Amino acid sequence: MTKALLEVRGLDVDYGAVRALRGVDLSVERGSVTAVLGANGAGKTTLLRALSGLLRPASGTIELDGRDLTRAAVERIVRLGVAHVPQSGGVITELTVAENLRLGGLWRGDRAALARRIDEMYALFPPLAERRSLPAATLSGGERQMLALARALTGSPRLLLVDEPSLGLAPRVVARLMAVLRRLCDEDGRTVLLVEQNARSALSIADRAIVLDLGAVVAAEPAATIAADDRLRHAYLGF
Amino acid sequence: MSIDSRALFRLTLVRHTCGAVAAIAVLYVLTTTAGPYRDLQIAQAAYLTCAVAGLTVLTGLGGQISLGHGAFMAVGAYTAALLIIHQGWPLAAVLAAATGATALTGAVVGAVAARLEGPYLAGATLAFAIGLPGLANYEPLIDLLGGQNGLAVPPPVPPAGLGAAFPLERWQAWIACLGAVLTLFLLANLTRGRFGRTLRAGRDDEIAAALAGLRVARLRIVATVVSAACAGLAGGLLALVATLAAPGAFPLALSLQLIAAIIIGGLGSLAGAVWGALILVFVPTWASDAASTSGLSHNIASNLPLAIYGLVLIAVTLAFPRGLQGGLRDLGGALRRRLPPPRLPTNPPGGADEATTDDAGARPDDRGGAGGRGERVRR
Repeated sequence: MTKALLEVRGLDVDYGAVRALRGVDLSVERGSVTAVLGANGAGKTTLLRALSGLLRPASGTIELDGRDLTRAAVERIVRLGVAHVPQSGGVITELTVAENLRLGGLWRGDRAALARRIDEMYALFPPLAERRSLPAATLSGGERQMLALARALTGSPRLLLVDEPSLGLAPRVVARLMAVLRRLCDEDGRTVLLVEQNARSALSIADRAIVLDLGAVVAAEPAATIAADDRLRHAYLGF
Repeated sequence: MSIDSRALFRLTLVRHTCGAVAAIAVLYVLTTTAGPYRDLQIAQAAYLTCAVAGLTVLTGLGGQISLGHGAFMAVGAYTAALLIIHQGWPLAAVLAAATGATALTGAVVGAVAARLEGPYLAGATLAFAIGLPGLANYEPLIDLLGGQNGLAVPPPVPPAGLGAAFPLERWQAWIACLGAVLTLFLLANLTRGRFGRTLRAGRDDEIAAALAGLRVARLRIVATVVSAACAGLAGGLLALVATLAAPGAFPLALSLQLIAAIIIGGLGSLAGAVWGALILVFVPTWASDAASTSGLSHNIASNLPLAIYGLVLIAVTLAFPRGLQGGLRDLGGALRRRLPPPRLPTNPPGGADEATTDDAGARPDDRGGAGGRGERVRR
């Protein structure tokens, strides 16, 4: 087995006196979709924030491709190829769609490559192409989520962290987003770590899944195994 | 697309250059027709424009509040005064040095401020505004900085080529106006490009900007440096126009007035900065003229100007919640919607002076990006 792209060992994260993650182990294989499931407050978002450097872990290690990221700054982690799509997108509403997209690849400094990348994004998300010169404030929820995802992809990340893309979106839009995430893995060889409340749609595209409960990993299995485990589904996933 | 955007950039540059040239022409006519008193007021409005424009970039685009810009102006003014008195440098070099020295101060303040936000940032910059002018009264520095009386600056001498009878005030107004136009021109180009875009991103959503790989803290420090440099130039110009650099010229009220000016003009708008500076200078004098000719008793007449000034500020903020420039933009939009093509000129109503300042300023929503420039939405 080749070494996993992302290796997390014994990760503890605190919010003040509250321990939000305790001893989380996680490994994410190259070119796979890994779902992080669990109830509200289970620590899913905390995990992503720790991975992208927004939160500093109390202990444990995070390695991307063998390189230690545990205490690296956000910008450095981005430059090493980790893109984080935060919950509800984090789209800059005052900038236009095109400007938002350019923002995502600005740090690469290669204008021509960035322009090519943005054209690819328009091909991937046609609604964005139509609205490219409108302020992002005019976009619908689904379009904003597309824009957030597209912006993260303009940086050509190796690891894509996506936080609850389904939040507040119609089932059909969710299905389309999930299909895009799957295609990113199958066709472009990207690696996705997907945090979802909506376990059913996440498991439909995931290769593996971990289930968090009160900050600890209670299951780490192939997605099909988790989907088939009635006890787990009833206890933690609510379907 | 890269050729396309480059062509667009060139166009922007051309537009800003035309605006600057037009502004200089109008200001030339204004200053030569106005009397010495008006020239002095124009000079004041011009140097305040520099400071307000710098502040509006920091606060309006960058989201960092600064109550300390009066202190930055003091740094610029004292730098200019010391260089003129002790070194006798030529004007341009003095102003460049005042700008540079204040930019350095800005780097220090910015490095501290980048860690702070909201009320904490306001508190820190407030301390800076109150503390720094006090340096002039600091015992070991009194000989150098002149204590409470400050430093008297020899007035700039108009070049002999302009004739012996050339009024000093007009020369001062020219220097200040040139500084203001140059500042607006540079800021307009700077904020229209990548710097302005990333600055707004950092203001709107710091986390998203960081996740996009922007170095938000560094961005804020750069914004503070740029903003301080503008205030430093404003201070240097003030020293030349007022022929004095004294702690009394940089009270806390100055910093607060600068904040008021960016809000009245419209946060983040360079054209709004010009409006704000004009209001700072002309409303108080207009109010005191009105009060002194009103025939009221001396007691009332001497207190009236401040009350009128306050009322004007309240009225403007009520009528134009997004500032004068925001209000004009809405007005222009409404006109354009009502009257289908042939298109009206987009200049706001008003004299030639206002029209050109609008051209020199930046309209943040006026960028095409990759697509056509026609389909834009007014918020």
